Amino acid sequence: MAKQTIIPFGPQHPVLPEPIHLDLVLEDEKVVQAIPSIGFIHRGLEKLVEKKEYTELMYVTERICGICAFGHNWGYCHAIEILLNVEVPERAEYLRVMWHEMSRVHSHLLWLGLLADAFGFESLFMHCWRLREGILDLFEKTTGGRVIFSVNKIGGVHRDVSPEMLLEISTVIAGMKKEYDELAKVFIEDVSVKNRTVGVGKVSKEDAAALCAVGPTARGSGVPFDIRSTGHSIYGKLGFEPIVEEGGDCYARALVRVKEVYQSMEMIQKIIAEMPEGEISVNVKGKPEGEFMARVEQPRGESCYYVKGNGTKNLERMRVRTPTNINVPFLVSALAGCELADVPVIVLSIDPCISCTER
Amino acid sequence: MSYVTKSPWLIHYDGSSCNGCDIEVLACLTPMYDAERFGIINTGNPKHADIFLVTGGVNEQNKNVVKQIYDQMPEPKVVVAVGICACSGGIFEECYNILGGADKVIPVDVYVPGCAARPEQIIDGIVQGLGVLAEKRAAMGKAPAATATAAAKLQDKPEEKPAAEPEDKPE
Repeated sequence: MAKQTIIPFGPQHPVLPEPIHLDLVLEDEKVVQAIPSIGFIHRGLEKLVEKKEYTELMYVTERICGICAFGHNWGYCHAIEILLNVEVPERAEYLRVMWHEMSRVHSHLLWLGLLADAFGFESLFMHCWRLREGILDLFEKTTGGRVIFSVNKIGGVHRDVSPEMLLEISTVIAGMKKEYDELAKVFIEDVSVKNRTVGVGKVSKEDAAALCAVGPTARGSGVPFDIRSTGHSIYGKLGFEPIVEEGGDCYARALVRVKEVYQSMEMIQKIIAEMPEGEISVNVKGKPEGEFMARVEQPRGESCYYVKGNGTKNLERMRVRTPTNINVPFLVSALAGCELADVPVIVLSIDPCISCTER
Repeated sequence: MSYVTKSPWLIHYDGSSCNGCDIEVLACLTPMYDAERFGIINTGNPKHADIFLVTGGVNEQNKNVVKQIYDQMPEPKVVVAVGICACSGGIFEECYNILGGADKVIPVDVYVPGCAARPEQIIDGIVQGLGVLAEKRAAMGKAPAATATAAAKLQDKPEEKPAAEPEDKPE
């Protein structure tokens, strides 16, 4: 047996925007084992239910993660709405799904950029982030915030979007799609991208299912698991079909996300075309009692929000299960047996969001 | 920014933030805002960095990492706390694990509040940090005193300079 060396990876590392620590056990250049350790961003926000009222907690849930902030807020609001027996107006549901799918487009573009950066394709990284700014501008115009925009409320949404603005969103997304075609082509066809991703970090369908992987990580290994396909909210009306790739390597996981951007763009156009008229929120009274678990498909995968109320203004318990937390065992399995130089690409291929993971 | 003769390099570390500010820090360097055109590079190595951008309220486990990065940076160095969490703990101030701001661990020179801090604000914070950097350089005896005075002037009275220029031209 060759001599083993341990190389620490993180918490501060050029490729990671967030801290996670991995001890990589190497034999020559091969990784035989990866031992993750987390806790650098643990804030303990679930404990805040004791100090903040259930209405204030909305702003805390939004700050679980700054990239998929809208989805976290939506999941929490949905759970409270069920406990309070509130029926959300249809227009509010349409607006929520529109913002959620826009979040997915910006999150996936951000990730595609980071992936390009991980294998040293700097100009591709810049182009992905340039395109992403278009979505952030739309967020700013419709809600006022760029990344965190508390637009949800229990019983609906705070702001309506005018027909002129809807038309503008539609035009901007259509324009973005044309530019995105060129970027997508690079990710799908470029030889240098393929050299770094095809066959790297392979995990079979059986292993991915056994490791309970979620989101594009699971779908890249051929597991057709997507909460949106249950048809919750208005996804049933939009005729949603999950995107699945069979490869199981970094290339397949990138391909799933490349295609999901197209899918989300189409869904946004469909939502704008079908947007119903009416109220955007209802008044909510009462204090939550009972328990409920809401599920939302975040850009990174399934996310669960468990709330338990006891009839007072403070909840008894709130628990969040986030996608990256579930995908860490998948990552450890994908890292075993890879080359040291491929570690950054594999770590990024699960789209790690450490802020979500540790809350 | 006429007193800036060298391009500062940045190091960014996420000290227990929610990601919002970190993404905005990266957005500063990408084509929309493009601070890189001035040669301001986000480096991964503390030993190459002049300005330390720290986000988040810093938790118990992260405390030592933030301290180590700061200690590894060569003098003169400037710390910019990005986001309200790094300034005071923000919404997570009451959390059991949060120390409540980057200044509990390392000395902070510039505070950039906001949740999430906008790229314009972050760039403004970095520009103010450049003034502090010039002062620190002068204090170490490495830069001409004139540069430092110009920097200090620009920081104290930012409106005076544009007013003075039109007067000069007719003469």
